[in-house]
Amino acid sequence: MPPKSRRKPFDWSTAVILTISAVSGLTVYLREGSEQFFSIFRSDLLLFGNMLPKMLAGCLIGGFVTLLLPRELVARWVGAESGLLGLLIATATAAVLPGGPFTIYPVAGAFLGVGADAGTAIAFITSWMVLGYNRALVWELPFFGGDFVIWRIVVCLPLPFLAGMLGRAAIRAFTLRMESPS
Amino acid sequence: MLAVNVFLWLVVAALGLMTAMRGTDLFRGSLRASTIEFLQQLPRIALGVVGSGFIADAMPQDLIVPWIGPQSGMLGVAIATLGGACTSGGPVVGFSIAAAALKAGGGAPQVIAYVTAWSLFSIQRLIGWEIPLMPPRVVLLRAAVSVPLPFLAAATAMLISKP
Repeated sequence: MPPKSRRKPFDWSTAVILTISAVSGLTVYLREGSEQFFSIFRSDLLLFGNMLPKMLAGCLIGGFVTLLLPRELVARWVGAESGLLGLLIATATAAVLPGGPFTIYPVAGAFLGVGADAGTAIAFITSWMVLGYNRALVWELPFFGGDFVIWRIVVCLPLPFLAGMLGRAAIRAFTLRMESPS
Repeated sequence: MLAVNVFLWLVVAALGLMTAMRGTDLFRGSLRASTIEFLQQLPRIALGVVGSGFIADAMPQDLIVPWIGPQSGMLGVAIATLGGACTSGGPVVGFSIAAAALKAGGGAPQVIAYVTAWSLFSIQRLIGWEIPLMPPRVVLLRAAVSVPLPFLAAATAMLISKP
């Protein structure tokens, strides 16, 4: 398992955002006055308040699922002989699987370990990245609103499948070897 | 918004119950670890949300619109894709920049390309999680086959215009 202590509450990317935010806030204040500044500040705080219960729920779901997920079972469904159905199952599973990278990558690694092909693992990871509902609900929805999120997900629906097919095609075309090292 | 909260907390309750049935200590430990993670994320999220409003307002619109505005076409998509791939950081960073760009006049297909590219290539996730946990060859293959995806998403978004 990866070291969890890596996730500090503050790191350099946070510092960059902090600097940009501070400069932007100052720009707004100087250019448009305190009324506009506080109006933006109030609506952002409201947005933040709306996110809190969803975020806490997301963290709890991720924690519970890491403990509960029957990894062997998932891996059995998407073995090397699973064909297009395997890609479909991998895409669907990753889209509904809550949790963060700490649940997704161990499962994808387990796929490879029990004989799933790299195409399936790629479809799985890609699906989590572009369709994962946990991230969409917890993070994306408060920023963008429902219409935009649903539209984006519809647009991205074919991508994991496509990535898996492309991966399989590349393995065949270049006779790549993709065994898991373990 | 309320429906989303109700749904999420029902899932939490169901999963929590399943965990508790496996053992109370397991349940308590998991509860503790998740809460600590939540608290660790708080300052970053507060900053991302509050900051994105100011960034959107301060962003020079006459710069955003020609580069990644609705009229910028596939070149705008390419610029947004490159920007997304170069953005490092967690969900707060990526989504707050994307939301700010959309508010400041970025085109929806271009913003989708940005979010997709950032989701697929975020360097921090690649180095922090994917490379340590997956065989490097698979990571490389995944990254290679993912290159066309932001463009495909944006092209589809242009065809199915936003409701």
